[in-house]
Amino acid sequence: MSTFSESLLVAVGLIVHLDPHLVGIVLLSLRVSLTATLVAALIGLPLGAWIAVSRFPGRDALIAVLNAMMGLPPVVVGLVIYLLLSRAGPLGSWGLLFTPTAMVIAQTVLITPILAALSRQIIADAWSEYREQLTSLGATPFGGALTLLWDTRYSLGTVLLAGFGRAIAEVGAVIIVGGNIDGVTRVMTTTIALETSKGDLPLALGLGTILIALTLILNLAAQVTKSWARARFG
Amino acid sequence: MPIVARDVRVARGDATLLVHVDLTIPADQRTFILGPNGSGKSTLLRVLHGLQRPTAGEVLWGDTAMHPPGQAMVFQRPVMLRRSAAANVRYALALSGVHGAEAERRIDEALGEVGLRHLRGRAARALSGGEQQRLALARAWSLAPEVLFLDEPTASLDPTATRAVEDIVRDIHARGTTIVMTTHNLAQAKRLADSIVFLHRGRVTEHTPADEFFRAPRSPEAQTLLEGERL
Repeated sequence: MSTFSESLLVAVGLIVHLDPHLVGIVLLSLRVSLTATLVAALIGLPLGAWIAVSRFPGRDALIAVLNAMMGLPPVVVGLVIYLLLSRAGPLGSWGLLFTPTAMVIAQTVLITPILAALSRQIIADAWSEYREQLTSLGATPFGGALTLLWDTRYSLGTVLLAGFGRAIAEVGAVIIVGGNIDGVTRVMTTTIALETSKGDLPLALGLGTILIALTLILNLAAQVTKSWARARFG
Repeated sequence: MPIVARDVRVARGDATLLVHVDLTIPADQRTFILGPNGSGKSTLLRVLHGLQRPTAGEVLWGDTAMHPPGQAMVFQRPVMLRRSAAANVRYALALSGVHGAEAERRIDEALGEVGLRHLRGRAARALSGGEQQRLALARAWSLAPEVLFLDEPTASLDPTATRAVEDIVRDIHARGTTIVMTTHNLAQAKRLADSIVFLHRGRVTEHTPADEFFRAPRSPEAQTLLEGERL
């Protein structure tokens, strides 16, 4: 039997048996990446909106930096957070290294630039369309930015999915700051990396199949919600 | 109160869009700004409304230089927020400090005036072009402005929707609102205008009562435009 068909059987077997160990790993993956996406959204979306509607010296440079930071290498982010959180590091006293919180921090750092850069572009485009009308109605740039955050909510939903996708799929950052400790900081991607290095390719690929399926289900749910809301609210 | 433009000049880069415009737009009238493409109509309207700051000169409201609230503008392409028709009017009212029961009363009145009361819960962006423009007028109406600026509000509408918009403009004027409007539709200006401001290459070539303008325009540029229309 080929590795692919075997791994598919392993994946089905894992799902059917609802192995509690696996469920724990899946839930931790979701918890870490969803939390990181939420925190990144609270920082990134207002930041993107603010850059979109304000004018200040160095704005173009800031946009270029932000856009470039979308390509931050996860291992490098992981390493920097590791150094900050390690016992000898400046934030070592927090005792966060090798905890899920450290993983949330790393993924938040990784995807906040993505959310900020993409939302800035979306809101800047909307602002050029709405600016005169909103200004005429008496909106300030700050108030206008808040209005646009709500008015571009469907596009921003896709941005959130992009951020979440990046977070749940990366392995480099979480393996460094989390340490892949069984039952504590082991998530799907780090398990896959581990099983691959151990040579259990069917199990690794089976887990990979579940990871992709999860991401697909989440995106489908988001798409259905979006279609429904668009039909209902325009 | 009249709107007074005093020696207004607008330049963008090397291009001069308005060349020292001196103009008094009387209150309670319907003043139409006419002129060929690129003559500066939209720029003048934006400067009068306060959306665009003149490079030189000033716009006065009676005697004061400040732009008071009590102005509204309707654009060629209405910009609607992704929410219901009623919520779009509510948004404008909230920005001018009208909330609660008074806001709901005004929303209902304004939507009724433009014949959109039955669509109040509909997503604004799902309305037709003509309905969206009527909603834009309802939004302006709800604010009870002293002056309403309209920038070619019927340029992309069919004849029926155009008539509907013209009727609403008439109603808003009848309630005591000063109307300042641009159009390329000379027949429309003939139907609605009390006086005409004619712009050519950023200069006001004449400011005459409408009946006089259409009977015997004074400036050669206006004569050319009117003759072109008759062909």
